[in-house]
Parts: sequence; C-alpha cells; structure tokens
Amino acid sequence: MITQPSLGRRWFPNIWDIVAFGLLVAIMVSIAMGARDVAAPLEALRSPPVTTDPAHLPYYALRTTLRMLAAMAASLAFTMAFGALCIRSRKLSMVLEPAVDILQSVPVLGFLTFTITFFLGLFPGKIIGAEFAAIFAIFTSQAWNMALSFLQSARNTPRDLEEAAASLQLSAWQKFWRLTVPFSMPGLVWNMMMSMSGGWFFIVASEALTVGDQNIILPGVGSYLARAVSEGNLQAVGYATLTMTVVILIYDQVLFRPLTAWADKFRMTGDGGDAEAEAPDAWLLDAFRRTRVLRAAVAPVGALLRQLGQLRLDGGPGRRRRRMFRLPPLLVRALDLLWLAVVVVGSLWAAWLIISFIRATLTPADFIEAVRLGFFTFLRVMVVVVLSSLFWTPVGVWIGMRPGVAVRAQPIVQFAAAFPANLLFPVVVAGIIVFHGNPNIWLTALMALGAQWYILFNVIAGASAIPGDLREAGRSLSLKGALRWRTLILPGILPYYVTGALTAAGGAWNASIVAEIAQWGDTKLVAAGLGSYIAQASEAGDLPRVVLGVTVMSLFVLALNRVLWLPLRRWIERRFRL
Amino acid sequence: MSRETAWPQQERTGRPTLLEVRHVKRDFAKASGEALAVLDGVNFEVRQGEIIGLLGRSGSGKSTLLRIAAGLLQPTSGEVLFHGQPVDGPPRGVSMVFQSFALFPWLTVQENVELGLEALGVDTPERRRRALQAIDLIGLDGFENAYPRELSGGMRQRVGFARALVMHPDLLLMDEPFSALDVLTAETLRTDLIDLWMEDRLPVGAVLIVTHNIEEAVLLCDRILIFSSNPGRVAAQVRITLPHPRNRQDPRFRKVVDDVYARMTRRAQAQPEGEGEGGASPLALQPVSTNIMAGMMEAVAGEPWNGRADLPDLARDHQLEADEMVQLGEALQLLGFADMKDGDLHLTDAGLAFAGMETDARKDLFAHQLIERVPLVRMIRQELEQRTDHRVPAARFRAELEDAMSESYADQTLNTAVSWGRYAELFSYDEQTEQFSLDDPE
Repeated sequence: MITQPSLGRRWFPNIWDIVAFGLLVAIMVSIAMGARDVAAPLEALRSPPVTTDPAHLPYYALRTTLRMLAAMAASLAFTMAFGALCIRSRKLSMVLEPAVDILQSVPVLGFLTFTITFFLGLFPGKIIGAEFAAIFAIFTSQAWNMALSFLQSARNTPRDLEEAAASLQLSAWQKFWRLTVPFSMPGLVWNMMMSMSGGWFFIVASEALTVGDQNIILPGVGSYLARAVSEGNLQAVGYATLTMTVVILIYDQVLFRPLTAWADKFRMTGDGGDAEAEAPDAWLLDAFRRTRVLRAAVAPVGALLRQLGQLRLDGGPGRRRRRMFRLPPLLVRALDLLWLAVVVVGSLWAAWLIISFIRATLTPADFIEAVRLGFFTFLRVMVVVVLSSLFWTPVGVWIGMRPGVAVRAQPIVQFAAAFPANLLFPVVVAGIIVFHGNPNIWLTALMALGAQWYILFNVIAGASAIPGDLREAGRSLSLKGALRWRTLILPGILPYYVTGALTAAGGAWNASIVAEIAQWGDTKLVAAGLGSYIAQASEAGDLPRVVLGVTVMSLFVLALNRVLWLPLRRWIERRFRL
Repeated sequence: MSRETAWPQQERTGRPTLLEVRHVKRDFAKASGEALAVLDGVNFEVRQGEIIGLLGRSGSGKSTLLRIAAGLLQPTSGEVLFHGQPVDGPPRGVSMVFQSFALFPWLTVQENVELGLEALGVDTPERRRRALQAIDLIGLDGFENAYPRELSGGMRQRVGFARALVMHPDLLLMDEPFSALDVLTAETLRTDLIDLWMEDRLPVGAVLIVTHNIEEAVLLCDRILIFSSNPGRVAAQVRITLPHPRNRQDPRFRKVVDDVYARMTRRAQAQPEGEGEGGASPLALQPVSTNIMAGMMEAVAGEPWNGRADLPDLARDHQLEADEMVQLGEALQLLGFADMKDGDLHLTDAGLAFAGMETDARKDLFAHQLIERVPLVRMIRQELEQRTDHRVPAARFRAELEDAMSESYADQTLNTAVSWGRYAELFSYDEQTEQFSLDDPE
C-alpha cells in the first residue's frame, strides 16, 4: 500500500476548494503587504559565514538534521490536532479539509519567499526567524500529506471497534489515543517516511536563499552546497553529497527502521492481506528491547504517556451529553447557513484583497505572461513524466517480477527517492555549461533527477503485487511479448503507476522553481518557465509577481490533478481492481 | 449484580424487568432523502434471568435493534428503558459481544479485557484482579500476554466474552457471537457458555442474543422473538421450556426447530410474491445465484425427496443457514419453481421440468419464468426491444428502484436482475458503461 497525496473524490472543484484556494492566496497577499510596511533594514542578519572546509560538514549536517527533526515533530503535532479537530467538528472539517487538500498541491518552494518574510518579521534581526522559516518550509512539504492520510485512516476505523469503544464507555480523549491513533499508526509512519524523503529536497533548498536584498544563510548541508556552487568547487559538492548520503542512511537505520518495526504491532490482521506486510528488521529496536537499563529508564515516560491517554477529560462515564444534540433540524440548518455565511464573507474579503493587491502593481499582460510560462513548465513536467515512464517502467517490471531482486532493490530505490536531487544539480549544470547545451532543454533533466524515482518505486511495488497465480496462469498460457504486457503486466502495475506518475509530476512542478534557473560559479543558466519566473521574482523581492507566479502554478497543478490524474486513477481503479 | 438461580422452566413473570423496548422505530434515509423504516413498532422486554433470542433474516433489522438497546444507535421514535431509565448512550451495566470479536489488535488479551474497567477509572490492582478472574472463568488462563492475532477464532471470541463479563453486566448483548466461527468451535463455546450459565457462574443478569441460526436459538434461549422484514418487527414469539442441557437429537427439540422454521416461512409465504426484504417493494430481488437454484431444484427433484422436502433437513444437508435457506426458497417461489408450506419446500411442475432439462432448455425455461414473473426483468427487456439501438443505461432503472427502496437494495436488486438475465441470455450488460444491450457477448 502506498499512500500518496489523497486527492478529493471528484475532479470538478467544489465550492470549498475555491474558497480554500482564495483564502490561501489572500494570506500570502496579506503577509506580502505586511512585509512592505516593515521597512526596517535587516542589515543585522549577518549569519556566520559558511565555508567549504569539509571539517565543518559534520556540524552542518547536525544542524540540518535537527531542522528536519523539528519539522517532523511539528508536522506530527499538526497532524494530530488536525485529525482530532476534523473528527470532532463537521463544520471545521468542511473548511479545513479542502484547504489542506489544496495546500498539498501548491509548490512549497514558491512559498519560501512569504514564510521567510513572515518569520523574519516575527523575529526581526534574529537568526531564529530564518531557522523557523526553513523549518516551516520542510513542515509545509510534509504536514498536509500526513494530515490527510491520518484523517483518512481515522475515518476508516472499523465500525465494530468504534462500537466496542462506545460500548466500553471510552471518552472521546481515551478513544482517540486507544483506537484512532493506534489504528492509523502504520499508515502514518509510512507516510512520515515518504514525506521525510521529500523533505530533504526542501531543506537543501531553504538553507541558502536570497529574498530581495536579504541574504539568508543558515549553517547546514544546503548552504554548504550553495557556497560550493558559487565557488564552482566540484570537490566540495562531492563532500556534501557524501555527507547527505550518510545522514539519510543514519536516519533510516536509527529512526525509521525501528519506527516501522514498532508500528507493525498496530497493523490490523486478517484483512487486506498484503504480502509485504512483514515487519522489517530493525537492529536498533531489537537491541533496545533487549536492554534492561535503557528500558527501565524509558519506562516511566511510557507509563506517563499511558496515564495521559487514560484520562477521561470529560465529566465521567455517567455524565454523557449524548442524544447528539437533538436540536430541531430547522435550527441545525440555520446554524449551517450561518457558518456558510461566515465563510462566504471571508472569501469575498479575500477576493477583494487579492484583486486590489494585484491591480495596484500588475496588468493583465503580466497574467498572460505567467500563464504562457506556466505552459512551458507544464510541457517540461510532462516530458519528465513520459520519459521517466518509458525508461523506468520496463526496469521496474523486470525488478518487481523477481522477488529476490525486488527485496534488495527496494531500499536502494527508496534511498534514491529520499536523496535530495538538488545536491546533484551542480554536476549536471557544470555538464551543460561544458557541452554548451541549450538550457531550455537540458535544465529539464534537473527536474527528472528527483521525480523519476517515484515512478520506479511504484512500478516495482505494482509488479511485485501481481498475484503469483496470475503470473503462473500467464506462463501456462505461454503469454509472450505484447500480449503478456497488455493482459498481465500493465493491468497489474497501472494502479500503482498512476500514483507514481502523480507524485512524480508534483515533484517536478516543485523542482522547476529551483531547476529552471541554475548557477555554476559565475555562469547562470535560465530556462523560460514559470519556475524561473517565480525564482527570479523572489530574488528581486518582487512580491506581487511571486504571488502571481505561485497562484498560477497552483492553478496548473490543481487543474491537472482534477482533469488528468484523478479521473485516470479512478478509471484505473475501477477497471483493474483485483 | 449476581443473579438469583434461574431455572428456565420456572415461571418468571414475577422477576424484575431489565430492559423495555417500546414502540421502537428506526428509519434510514433513502437516496431521495425519504425515510425508509428498518424497524417499526417493536415492543418487548427482557427480564432478570432470561436468555432471549432475536431470530430473523439478514436485513430484518435485528442487529440494528440490538445496537439501539446497547445505546449505540438512537431510535427514530419510541424508547428503550434500562432499569426504568431511558437509554441515550451506552448505559453502564450493559456489555456487548460482537460477531467480529472487535478486539483491539494492539492490546494484549489482558489489556483488552481491562479496557472497559480502565474507562470507568477502576484502579490498577482492582482492574488486574477482576480481569484475571474473567480470563480464568472463560478459560483463557495462560494467554494473558498474547495479542489477539496470535489466537484462533474461538480463543478470540473468548476474549470478547471475557471483556464483556469483566464488567459484570446486568444485561449481556450478543450480536451473532458464534457465526464467524467454524461449526465445532462454535458448538464448544456455546456449550461452555450455557454450562457456566446453568451453574450460575456467569456474572450476568440476562442475555439478549441476535442470531440467524435456528438451532442455536432453540439450544440457548428461553424465548425466541422471530423478526419479520420490511420493516422489521416482532412477528412471533416462541417460548421454549425444554430443560438444559438440551439435546439436538431429542424429538422435542426437533419439533421446536420445525415449528420455528414453519413460522419463518409461513410469514414469507403470506407476503405477496416478489416482496423481499428492503423496501416492501414488489421490485426488490434477493441475490440468489442461478447455480444454487439449479442445484437445489435437482436435489429436491431427486432421491430421497422426490419433489418435496423438509426445510430444516434440506438446510442441514446442504449446510445452509436458516436465513439462506428461506431466501433461496423465496427466490424459487418468486420464479414459480417451488412453493413453501408448513416448513416444507415442494417443486412446481416448472421446477420439476427444470430439474430434468439440459442446459439450453433450462435457460429457455428460466427466461420464460423471468419475463412472466419478474417485472423488473420484463421492463428491461421491453425497453431494449423498443429502442432502435437496443441499448439502455442502467441508471434508468436504478432511479425507479431507488424510489421504492434504499440505495443498497436498489443496487442489489439490479445486480441480481443482471445476473439472472445474463444466465437466461435475455440481455447483456456492460459494467464499464453501465448499459444494458441486446448484443451477443463479445
């Protein structure tokens, strides 16, 4: 099971999508406007200079890792709060859910400009503001996906367990910790792992940034890389790559292996019957389970948490305000209308804010220009998806059909997906410069660097999920060549492939902001597209254009999801369901 | 909480009433927003020391009723009183055992059993003591630290029982507790339970059990309430005075089983033909496979039945649950292949003819009966013949069905019509486009 962006159900945007989208853009606008008023020069923000001395790399790696942990903790807290709120309140979930659904389709990197402006404003002249901005960037790349998947599994809690919890008179708080969270745990851990893979990319991109006249450099692997790039130091790029590899491997061994092994105990058995549902080996967890001192040291913490989960936080089992608020239906409808009115007024205000902001500085020509550039980037994204598919599908099928190979290949591919592709950008860019390639064409390769792995990863998963008896039936009917692909392989991998392609496309859109404009030493390469448009506007501190660029890109991504990926996925799921 | 010794054959009208169900009605919304009653006008009571069975076919609303009694669902109208207090949420003193066990897979046996006490805020030593007591009583000692996934189905349901018993409930509700178990395991568990009950070792005041298994009901209960469908209501009440332990081979036992069967089918027969569960509509069809119908007709036509068979015997021979047997009988009756009377099934001339035919002739006869006796299939066929392109979208009929019944029954009816019509080669159906057509299958 691969949980990826859970899109809505229908392709046609409903009223809530539009409302949420409007509110989101309005927030960006208001931050931008607020920042215009904060005229204070942020001269004070002189970060400690980052050098390309490899001796500093372990320290930089530590800083990067801590940022990642902080973001993960924040995402987890958000996920729990979001899930609890949406389960409790229908009205809140009516607004929150589409908002988060939209947020996960919005290019995170485009946001950096706003979040940095916002957090620097919050802590003027302090490095902590920039730290928060970087952490927030990673947070935005993880939280939405995690929150939606958590809510989805929370809503799918088996009815009999819900009833058992009610019948045993668990309070809402007890039920949340005893039932909802444990039930969602395996999916949540898996999603955390996938989200963290994406996160490395953003942390590298967000440690060294130029917004207008502010140069923000946070000590970390990303800023080390940026420094190496501006010096044209290929050796230093190599060190950064090596460091990142080690960091990711340690994260996997120390954090995720034990987590997935531990979360396995929350898996529901009997149903679903995934073949690969076997608990992964985790030497660290095994070792911990064998230690005595360490366990004894941790036990009080566990006991405390358990005590917390056992609190009722309501008036006691006798005092239930049940009857589901038997309000007269007329009153319920009136309240719904009132809530709707509040949301509509908010949206109108948002629309007014956006229009007046844009009208002040931008002309319709700007909009047309952005859409034109968006179309170029769209073409690049499609080329990336098509070429990666053509190349990796046969490879993935070859691997997936051989269980022995697949078992060994899966962690490697997973690692490749987690590895921040922007670390490899300089190598490609240097190549383009040396061979005088056309940046409009060859910079597209940068977008493919990270995106391709999602396709390979999913195709392998799909191919290994083709049931053994179908494979044997195919062999006994001696299906060969095109017939075998048409009748056995494609139907088997398609549902997985679509998820992979969807994720790859999302990754490519995001990557375009850092990929369509590249630098090596003093040479700068620019490809015409919406990504470079946003990047350049951001560098120039031209907030209205950043708003415009991000909005248009979000519209592109959303439209594609609703028009192409979602219907495709639904059709395939209906057609090829086993 | 402990119950006075209850010998089932004793007169018990003098005992205190635990649960009163009064004029309970429960609606579900149809696609059109209209209400569809699953339960209507249900009245009964449970007294201290009784085991009461709710017997009915799937869809008769008996599980819904149990959930209303458990405070998990609210009735649309009417009320449920427990100890004289209106039930408006799971009341203290009522515990439930689930068909699917509903154990928390991430908790050990002991943690599962303790969970309800924990919610009540019972302190740890007391919780432990009572949990171990319940685990011991139900025969789970040694398994305290096992996770549910490590246990067999029977052991899991024992955990389900222990979890309910540890609360010392005045009323124990059981929702088909044995139907997910294999026959032998179910029998062992039933016997253990009734032994504990007779020895007065169950810390339980009374039991209300939902089942669709007639023998199980007769084996356990002091009273059986037989539910009718559409809407669900108590159609008949059977009092059983046989002493425990009851013996399935006992002629008196067989007589009660026959009697209950007759009551269930008599009710079915009293309905106008075609009126299945799910909306009191003559359009509703029940999903019975043509293979099973054909097989049953062959069986009844042959030795030893020669065209007429006793329903309980037939069900046992073919390992069908009572409700499956009745559903099958009704489908045959609807198609004019058989009649049911006094707990017997006898084939009509059409049924006997069908049993003796080859495949193609069978299909022709089946097609003929379908067109004659199933209005929905007749409508589909007529529409197809009238249209020049011989294609009709299924939505056309679904809309009509949803006027008369709930969405899920409309789906079920349409699917049944599709599968019967395909067998009879009256039309074909494309699942992708959801269209009926007269095309030959590709």
